[in-house]
Amino acid sequence: MTKTITDVICPFCGTLCDDLEVVVSDDGKKLLEVYNSCVIGTEKFLHSQSPDRVTLPRMHQEDGSWKEISYDEAVEYSAQMLAKAKKPLMFGWSSTNCEAQSVGNEIAEISRSCCDNTAATCHGTSLIAIQDAGLPSCTLGEIKNRADRVIFWGCNPAHAHPRHMSRYSIFPRGFFTGKGQMSRKLLVVDPRITDTARMADVHLQIEQGKDYELLNALRVALKGEWLPDVVAGIPSEKIRETADILKSGRFGIIFFGMGVTQSLGKNHNIDEAIALTKDLNEHTKFSIMPMRGHYNVTGSGEVFAWQFGFPYAVDLTRGFARYNPGDTSTIDLLTRGEIDAMFTIGSDPGAHFPISAVQHIAAVPSVCVDPHLTPTSGVSKLHVPVAFNGVECGGNCYRMDNVPIDCRKVVESPEGMLTDEEFLIKVRDRLKQLKGVA
Amino acid sequence: METVTITVKNAPALYLEADNISPDAFAGKTAAQIAELSVHEGNTTSTLGKYFDVSGNAGATAADTKIVVRGDVKKVKYLGFKMSAGELVIEGSADLYVGAWMTGGKILAKGDVAAFAATAMKGGELIIEGNAGNYLGAAYRGDWRGMSGGKILVKGNAGSDVGMFMTGGEMVINGNVDVHLCTHAEGGKVTVKGNATSKVGGQMVDGQIIIFGSIDTMMPGFKPAGEVELEIDGIKATFSHFIGDMGERHKKKKGVVIYANLYKKISSP
Repeated sequence: MTKTITDVICPFCGTLCDDLEVVVSDDGKKLLEVYNSCVIGTEKFLHSQSPDRVTLPRMHQEDGSWKEISYDEAVEYSAQMLAKAKKPLMFGWSSTNCEAQSVGNEIAEISRSCCDNTAATCHGTSLIAIQDAGLPSCTLGEIKNRADRVIFWGCNPAHAHPRHMSRYSIFPRGFFTGKGQMSRKLLVVDPRITDTARMADVHLQIEQGKDYELLNALRVALKGEWLPDVVAGIPSEKIRETADILKSGRFGIIFFGMGVTQSLGKNHNIDEAIALTKDLNEHTKFSIMPMRGHYNVTGSGEVFAWQFGFPYAVDLTRGFARYNPGDTSTIDLLTRGEIDAMFTIGSDPGAHFPISAVQHIAAVPSVCVDPHLTPTSGVSKLHVPVAFNGVECGGNCYRMDNVPIDCRKVVESPEGMLTDEEFLIKVRDRLKQLKGVA
Repeated sequence: METVTITVKNAPALYLEADNISPDAFAGKTAAQIAELSVHEGNTTSTLGKYFDVSGNAGATAADTKIVVRGDVKKVKYLGFKMSAGELVIEGSADLYVGAWMTGGKILAKGDVAAFAATAMKGGELIIEGNAGNYLGAAYRGDWRGMSGGKILVKGNAGSDVGMFMTGGEMVINGNVDVHLCTHAEGGKVTVKGNATSKVGGQMVDGQIIIFGSIDTMMPGFKPAGEVELEIDGIKATFSHFIGDMGERHKKKKGVVIYANLYKKISSP
């Protein structure tokens, strides 16, 4: 016999779907099938059942081989590394729950580390802009029920957030959007013809790196001012037409992704997009929302901001929190060689950072806490496998619209395996002993 | 004026935060007392004397103190931090935050300086003989007040985000600048003798930009407003005049709407 668990939360992307059904064996030890999920989410659940899964911490040996060690030894190495380092960096946090993040912040405070999350390579620039300009936003539920103008700017949810469009932004029939996609106009701004762009009513195929100019031109068009004939490869008539489409809606939303946050202009692109949203609110109701990637990167920002006052790139080395991306942000710290120890959890910088940054991870004492084998676990000195959060343990997570949702445990983890939080508590307690903190 | 010379003897393993290397912190101290001032390497605090040889005593006040920094300080941050008077000469290249929050005095950097130089500068003079990094004369993160007074001269090139949120003061860059010159500026004057790339004056409310070279991509929010003759550093030339940013909010002075002004030199045929 098998059991079916309903209303399971998917711990993959920031959409945090909450309608999954998971079939587990009668004893709750095997996960057999996943329903309702997208293909990426399904893989995440099924990967926990992989037969080649690492179940014990491993130390990288001189000859390149790995030696299995106990969790206690792993705790000792991690605590010693953090205690000795002059400027340790604790990076990641986006694929773990808020409870673990909070314990991590305690460790960062005791060891006076720099701490940062994966916003460093994705929506960190949005956070800078939000600090400069504010964020007129809403929840995904409001979008489902009200939005009749939907813009995807520099993002491709058809591939990156596969169920976003069917659950919230395009297809669902909401309270005031009874005709589903027929009641919405979809605008896509992307230099490529993506699968999302193919569905659009209006696709502005912008020249790469000129998002700032186009956003500015839309603001100028809203004010009815002079415009050059062509901006960012788009004729001015088309820009004025687009501005009219946006104005004529009852409720609009701008979703934006890495295409604007990490291309030329970075935080200024978002700053201008927020200003455009603000301007549009003089004509109708408009909101803006970042398409957050990792399922709990939003939560990491929330926990950092709650405990340190800043959402990412926090430097605690002087005993108080400082924040200035460019100085205290992970990639700058790594490429400039500013840190002397690296603790990675719930993220894979090895796969996403510039190679010079990854080389620095390999050059210093390093710990990688991750259930998977990743490029980061490959370059780290110590790899600590842990239970899959959201599959083998629960915990609080934040959806991309800042709505907290509790993840659920659906299956047992391999025997003796610690969760992120349990491992971090052991490291924290050992670190307290080493530092003589009560 | 008394001169204190500090020379690097032990380079830091990581980066050094030396926010005490300023005439204000040195004033009234002997060489031995200066060597006892604190510096920070990561989460450890030690003394200036551990990394630098100090010779010469400081003057009684900051205004009477001149500091000469010798040796490789490419990994030293915060030189001239919050200085209000006196002089600082950096003989090589320095790291982040040179002259950040300075309110007076004079800094001469003979090499390059990295990002965040003259952050929120209020007064004084900063001369950079090499290149400047990003965020020269910009606001600190989250602040809406960048450079508000004083003078900056860069003999080389400058990076991106120069003069972000600038509200006053004057900046001259003899070389080129990267993207986002004077974004969000509400005052001040920036002259670029070389070229600018794109996003010049985006979201600018007030202030003046003069570009002698080319601009790769003009901001659509800057509207042509004819041609003007200007005399800058004794050179008379004709400039295209643009006003903007038309997409941004506008201030009013005595009932008249004011715009930021961008002048681009018309290259002679």
